[in-house]
Amino acid sequence: MLEVMNISAYYGDAQALEDVTLSLPAHGVTAFLGPNAAGKSTTLRVVSGLIPAATGTIEFEGRDITGTSPQERVAMGIVHVPEGRRLFNTMTVEDNLILGGYTKRKDRKTAARLDEIYDHFPKLAERRKQEAGLMSGGEQQMCAVGRGMMAGPKVLMIDEMSLGLAPVIVKQMFAIVKGIAATGMSVLLVEQHVKNALEVADFGTIIDGGITRATGTAAELRESDVVRESYLGH
Amino acid sequence: MDYLLQTMVAGLMLGGVYALVAVGLNLIFGVVKIINFAHGELVMAGMYLTWWLWSAWNMNPYVSLVIVTPVMFLAGIAIQKFILSPMQNSSPTMKIFVTLGLSVFLQNLALWMFGGQFRAVNFPWAEQNLSLLGINVTYGRLTAFIVALALVLALFYLMKRTLVGKVLNALVEDRETAGLIGIPVKKYYLAAMGIGISLAGIAGTLIIPFQAAYPLVGAHFTLLAFVVVVLGGLGNMAGSLLGGLILGIVETLAGTYVDPALQQVAVFVVFIIVLIVRPQGIFGGSARNAEVGLK
Repeated sequence: MLEVMNISAYYGDAQALEDVTLSLPAHGVTAFLGPNAAGKSTTLRVVSGLIPAATGTIEFEGRDITGTSPQERVAMGIVHVPEGRRLFNTMTVEDNLILGGYTKRKDRKTAARLDEIYDHFPKLAERRKQEAGLMSGGEQQMCAVGRGMMAGPKVLMIDEMSLGLAPVIVKQMFAIVKGIAATGMSVLLVEQHVKNALEVADFGTIIDGGITRATGTAAELRESDVVRESYLGH
Repeated sequence: MDYLLQTMVAGLMLGGVYALVAVGLNLIFGVVKIINFAHGELVMAGMYLTWWLWSAWNMNPYVSLVIVTPVMFLAGIAIQKFILSPMQNSSPTMKIFVTLGLSVFLQNLALWMFGGQFRAVNFPWAEQNLSLLGINVTYGRLTAFIVALALVLALFYLMKRTLVGKVLNALVEDRETAGLIGIPVKKYYLAAMGIGISLAGIAGTLIIPFQAAYPLVGAHFTLLAFVVVVLGGLGNMAGSLLGGLILGIVETLAGTYVDPALQQVAVFVVFIIVLIVRPQGIFGGSARNAEVGLK
C-alpha cells in the first residue's frame, strides 16, 4: 500500500539516506530495524513529508505522493508518531488526542474515535483530564500512539516506541500495537532491538548506513544468516 | 482616601486597555514566535482609523469598531503573509529589525497622512462622569474597560475551550509536532496575527475618546505591552491581564501623586524590580515559558 522506492535524503550537506526501499502491506505490523544512526527516523521524516526526498519516489495507494505536504499526508492516512513522544505537555491527555484528530475534525466522529482509543488504552481514559507532561513514560507513549490513531490512519508509523520504557511496559505496548494492526491498519514499528521487534512483527525491513539491507517476513528475517550474524548477534 | 480610590479606579480602567494590547502581543509572541515591535503602532493605527471615521464621516467611535476590527484583522494577516512569513527562516535579529522597521514606517506614514498634531475625538458622552459609590468615572474610560475586559475574557475562552484555541496552544508549545499531526501551521499563524492585531486596533478605538492620537503614541503602548507581558509571564495570558491592570494603576498613581512626567519611570521601576526579583514574571513559571524564546 505504501511503497518507498530508492529514496535518498540530506540534512544540509550531510547525506542521511542513500538508497532506502520500504514496502508496507495494507495490514499487519512491519518492523523497521537497524542500529543507531542507520537512517530509520530520517526515513520516517521523509515518508511523513517533514524533509524532502532528494531522489526516489513514495507511492501511497498507487499514487505518487513524493511532493505533498505533511498535512496532506496525514489527511491521506499516513501518520507519524515521533520519537520521544512529543506530546503537548501542558495540555490534557484528551486535548492531545483531540488535536491528533485535527484532519478529521469535520466528520463529527471525534467522540467515537476517542472511545475507540480509550478501549485500546483504558489507562488514558482514567487520565483524560490530566496534563500529559505529568504522566509516566509508558502512559505518555500510549497518549502519543493514541494521538496518532485519532487521525484515522491507514499507515501508523511509530518511532522508537520502546525507548526508555520498562520491559513489562514494552511488552504491553507491543501487544496493544498488534491489536491495533489487527483492526485493519498497517503499523510500521521502528526499533533498535531487532530481536524483540521481529517477535511481534509480521514483516521486517533492515537498514544500515542509509541503505536497505534486507527485507522479508519476520520469520524469514529471524532465520536469515546475514541478519543473525549482523543484527541478532548469534 | 476618596481621592486615592478615585485615582486607582481610573488607573484600573486604563489597565484594562493595556491588558488588551498585551494579550495580543503575547499571543503573537507565543504562536508566531515573533516579537512585534510594531504592536503599539497598530494601536495607533486603530486610533487614527477611528479618528478619521469620526472626523470625515461623523461616525460614533464605538460604532466604528465594526470597521476597525475587520480592517485590523486583515492588516494582521497581510503583515504576516507579506512581511513576516518570507522572513520565517531568517535569524531572530532580522525578525526584530523587520518589526522595528515596520514601526518606524507606520510612524512616518501617520506623520505624512495626519500631520504631527494631536488628533482627538471629542465625543461628549465619553467625557461625562458616572458616579458609582462616590467614585467618579467617565463613560469613556468605563466603556473602554468593560469592552477590553470582555474581549480578554473572550480570548481566554477561545484559547481554553475551542479547537482553534487548542491548536494555538499546541503551536505555542511545539510547532513542529503540530505540523506533523496535520495542523496547517501557516494558516494558524495568520489567525494569531489577525486576532492579536485586531485586539491592538480595538484598543486604539477604545482609548481615543480620552487620549489623542499622534505619530509617536505607539511607542508608549509597545513598551507598556512589553512590560505587561514580562510582568505576567511570557505565554501566560491570565498573567497579562493582571499585569495590565497593575500597570494601569501604577502609572496613574505615579502620574497623580508623584509627577505626570514620571509615569513611565514608575512603570519601568516596577519592570526592573520584577526582572531582578522574579524574572519569570509575577505569575509566570509555567513549563511553557521556556518554549517562548527567540526561536
